[in-house]
Amino acid sequence: MEIFGVPTALLGSQLLVGLINGSFYAILSLGLAIIFGLLNIINFAHGAQYMMGAFIAWVALTKFQINYWVALIAAPLLVGLLGVILERTMLRKLYKLDHLYGLLLTFGLALIIEGIFRDQFGISGESYEVPEALSGGIHLGFMFLPLYRAWVVVVSLTVCFGTWFMIEKTRLGAYLRAGTENPQIVQALGINVPLLITFTYGYGVALAAFAGVLAAPVFQVNPLMGSNLIIVVFAVVVIGGMGSILGSIVTGIGLGLVEGLTKVFYPEASAVVVFVIMVIVLLVRPAGLFGKA
Amino acid sequence: MNSPAQPSALIKTEVLYTGLFVVGLLAPFAVYPTFLMKLFCFALFASAFNLLLGFAGLLSFGHAAFLGTAGYVCGLLVRDSGVSPEVGILAGTVSAGLLGWLFGILAIRRTGIYFAMITLALAQMVYFLVLQVPATGGEDGLQGVPRGHLFGFIDLSDNIAMYYLVYAVFSLGFFLIYRTIHSPFGQILKAIRENEPRAISLGYDVARFKLLAFVISASLAGLAGATKTLVFQLASLSDVHWHTSGEVVLMTLLGGLGTILGPAVGSATIVTLQNELADKVGSWVTVIMGAIFVACVLAFRRGIVGEIQALIQRAGIR
Repeated sequence: MEIFGVPTALLGSQLLVGLINGSFYAILSLGLAIIFGLLNIINFAHGAQYMMGAFIAWVALTKFQINYWVALIAAPLLVGLLGVILERTMLRKLYKLDHLYGLLLTFGLALIIEGIFRDQFGISGESYEVPEALSGGIHLGFMFLPLYRAWVVVVSLTVCFGTWFMIEKTRLGAYLRAGTENPQIVQALGINVPLLITFTYGYGVALAAFAGVLAAPVFQVNPLMGSNLIIVVFAVVVIGGMGSILGSIVTGIGLGLVEGLTKVFYPEASAVVVFVIMVIVLLVRPAGLFGKA
Repeated sequence: MNSPAQPSALIKTEVLYTGLFVVGLLAPFAVYPTFLMKLFCFALFASAFNLLLGFAGLLSFGHAAFLGTAGYVCGLLVRDSGVSPEVGILAGTVSAGLLGWLFGILAIRRTGIYFAMITLALAQMVYFLVLQVPATGGEDGLQGVPRGHLFGFIDLSDNIAMYYLVYAVFSLGFFLIYRTIHSPFGQILKAIRENEPRAISLGYDVARFKLLAFVISASLAGLAGATKTLVFQLASLSDVHWHTSGEVVLMTLLGGLGTILGPAVGSATIVTLQNELADKVGSWVTVIMGAIFVACVLAFRRGIVGEIQALIQRAGIR
């Protein structure tokens, strides 16, 4: 079977890879958007925190025989806790300053984290076994679907839409949205805004680590895995605009699919296709697809 | 309190700059010239960057693209087309300026944090292009670039001759930046940095001024990059990597954002540190750079030169 002269098996598997990448883009840009909404900071350390999630899972499995399922919960909690500490001790001091200082501080933090991991683990990359319950796959007739990859897509989408639901439909989410609009008034109404900010940063960072654990069995666990990804996610954020939660999810997944298709039809361009789309969006609709002009 | 004291202050700065210039002329007899050349290339790079961030308030997180592209263009022309070094440097500078114009028309459509992310993403695109185009030598970079003869008769393989070329390039670039900052154009840039809506309402075409500042800054970053390629006789992937973009931010921040001498002082500090630390701590260099970054942002936002200026001012008032 062929579509446009490309075997469906190849097309299917590349689209699946695209969907997986897209899920990671969605989780990471979602985290960036939530953090930016309340803190007005672009968290450059997001990639490093994603990488930490993957490494915590890897160290837990190889050194302490702690399995994937525990790591999937524990790693985001650990990294989220670290995020809470960072927010309390450092980021908090910058809210009154130009937003660019937040970017610079988190860039410095990203360098520190990445440097430490490079020193500890080298740059060659480690592989993480797919957990037993999810190994193997299903023959769909036109392609082979590895179970783990299907799991990644399903669970990322669940987490993304769960987050969306929490922000749009719950009381906590209402506080969060109100805090994004006008923190002073929310504070005056008796809601603990500083605590809300801390929680938000911790949650955004935990999302990154969660994506990292999910990514560990798919990609090589490597100290540089986060920084290469985060720059693409920045482009995703520019394309989607950070105004809308649903917008970040849709943009992330859409761009992942486009990247997957590019790998099939014109592989040379797959590394830059997201950037090219960013350029086009900037020319046509500078505020981003879902941004407010 | 500031205005009447100007004449004597001007004479003082003139004495300061003349003194520094003479020190630079004598330096290669006291310090290893290759180290100095590296230092001056980065000092020019950081000064060019500072023109944009310190005076126009635009944070470009993609300046490595200009440094690197100019380096590759200059290296390719000098090595494979046999052009003379001065033409290579000029071509590198022009190519960086053109790239800066392209980046500029895209990035100035957004402001603040988006501006930084766009420049970073565009620079990453340049990185991938450099990695994939066969002419650039991929992972190995561009090696074996001959220094050649300046104007056909000055042999640049001599380190002292090369040093004076680098020093001349740096001085020229530094003077250009100094003049730009102190021109009416520079004042308008400051106005845009301080209050953009107000600058617009005063009738300035803000987008055009930002674009021009971006092109000047990119060209001078390219001038530094092309010269650096001749010094080390190679252009490498690390020149276009985002690490280098971050490094120039760090140099400027550490030296003093928006001060004239700050970026040069900052890059001297960082280059010296890297030189001293490279063989002692290995991969911890990145960690140390990150720690300096964090320390600068949290506790030392004026930078070295900014702190010194503040001290002098305080002493003057008393």
